[in-house]
Amino acid sequence: MSGPHAHALYVHGHTVVHRLAPQCKLAAQLLFVMVVVATPREAFWAFAVYAVVVIALIRLAEIPPRFVAKRLAFEVPFIAFAVLLPFIGRGERTDVFGLPLSVEGLWGAWNIIAKATLGLAVSILVAATTTMPEFLRGFERLHLPRAFTSTASFMIRYFDVIADEMRRMKVARESRGYDPRWIWQVRAVAASAGALFIRSYERGERVYLAMLSRGYAGSLPRVDETPATAASWLAALSLPAVAALVATIAWVAR
Amino acid sequence: MNRPALEVDDLLFAYPDGTQALFGVSFVIERGERVALLGPNGAGKTTLVMHLNGIHTCQKGSVTVGGLPVVKQNLREIRRRVGIVFQDPDDQLFMPTVREDVAFGPANLGVRGDELGARVQAALAAVGMDGFADRAPHHLSFGQRRRVAVATVLAMEPEILVLDEPSSNLDPAGRRELAGVLTSLDITILMVTHDLPYALELCPRSIVMNGGALMADGPTVGILSNDDLMTANRLELPFGFYPAEAMRAVGTG
Repeated sequence: MSGPHAHALYVHGHTVVHRLAPQCKLAAQLLFVMVVVATPREAFWAFAVYAVVVIALIRLAEIPPRFVAKRLAFEVPFIAFAVLLPFIGRGERTDVFGLPLSVEGLWGAWNIIAKATLGLAVSILVAATTTMPEFLRGFERLHLPRAFTSTASFMIRYFDVIADEMRRMKVARESRGYDPRWIWQVRAVAASAGALFIRSYERGERVYLAMLSRGYAGSLPRVDETPATAASWLAALSLPAVAALVATIAWVAR
Repeated sequence: MNRPALEVDDLLFAYPDGTQALFGVSFVIERGERVALLGPNGAGKTTLVMHLNGIHTCQKGSVTVGGLPVVKQNLREIRRRVGIVFQDPDDQLFMPTVREDVAFGPANLGVRGDELGARVQAALAAVGMDGFADRAPHHLSFGQRRRVAVATVLAMEPEILVLDEPSSNLDPAGRRELAGVLTSLDITILMVTHDLPYALELCPRSIVMNGGALMADGPTVGILSNDDLMTANRLELPFGFYPAEAMRAVGTG
């Protein structure tokens, strides 16, 4: 834990990247991923430029490379099937270290791995420099429906409270000698889950009463009305802008 | 504007399942008074509190806050005037940061911008929690959360502060700190509590409820010293605690 709003993916810091308005970062991230996906797979040099830019930003945000590498491992199960493509691909074959591999399959695997890794790296960068409340404010400023943002906000707020309650119930079960070994002993766990649901439902009612008591009239008030500065937008959008320029050159030069 | 802070007149209430919770309760609280509401579990204390800001509507009788009756068309103003601090701060603090939570009430009242920021600052300062505005509620200690819960209500600049079991689950230091905060506020207070020494310390006057009716209303020290009244209403003092002596010891009895 590294600060008041630490979520597991957050790295505490005071860099330029941390200070950028969250809505700018979110928009830049989405646009960058779209540009990367739209880049022709044959343009190796374009992907090299993207990689250099993303690595430079990670350095700028002072995020430890080990941290990024560990998080990148997350994609391994998802790209496992991409590794299979060169073996199961059809059409023209080529020899790589004596293995006959499909040319089309090799291109496919490269395409998926390169684009997924770049997309994930930039997402890790945004997650590592943005706190939970900032994310919520960012989505709100991007005009995501308030029903979504307030639901997410309540979920984040009460996750710990409910997890705590769950832990206390588990300790209480085990303190009375509960040690399930067989499936038919699962009844107590199921009953606890039911009790937890009822308790959470009742808490929801109490929270709603507390909200009513403070003048709630159907919609959460917007507290933060300050729009992002032009400089913030300019700084954030320079990333997808550079990428778009690279992608355009790659398409033209093809 | 010289009407009493709170007038409750012949209030009756029955829950939808037919359980009668209040049988004609009446009392008046003047501006600036600090009053404790005592009574065993199930006495109707919480039901009464829910009437004070119109969560429950009066079935018979009336509740008036500073001259303004608690009826549907006044609810907005009533909820500004009556600030309720609920027992579990986790029920009251539901926004991602302390700042947003304290701003929630005044923002609902239409306060925005610099004034909103100033209200949040002032409310947090009043409970000794300035410097915690950007923290997440679930990263605070229980005592800190209870004080922030008080701040969320103070930010609405209420005329009456209603506290439901303010000392429950607090450690002794947290309990003392909260007492310091409450006595420093220049505001009318109604405090529901089982903590009788706390009632004696903070509230010169007490109201005793039992079975949905008012059993006694008078100086706290007199009520706590009346053994018959205490026994009849399931009220118990801690071992070795003598209200009159405690008051003499602090020089106010």
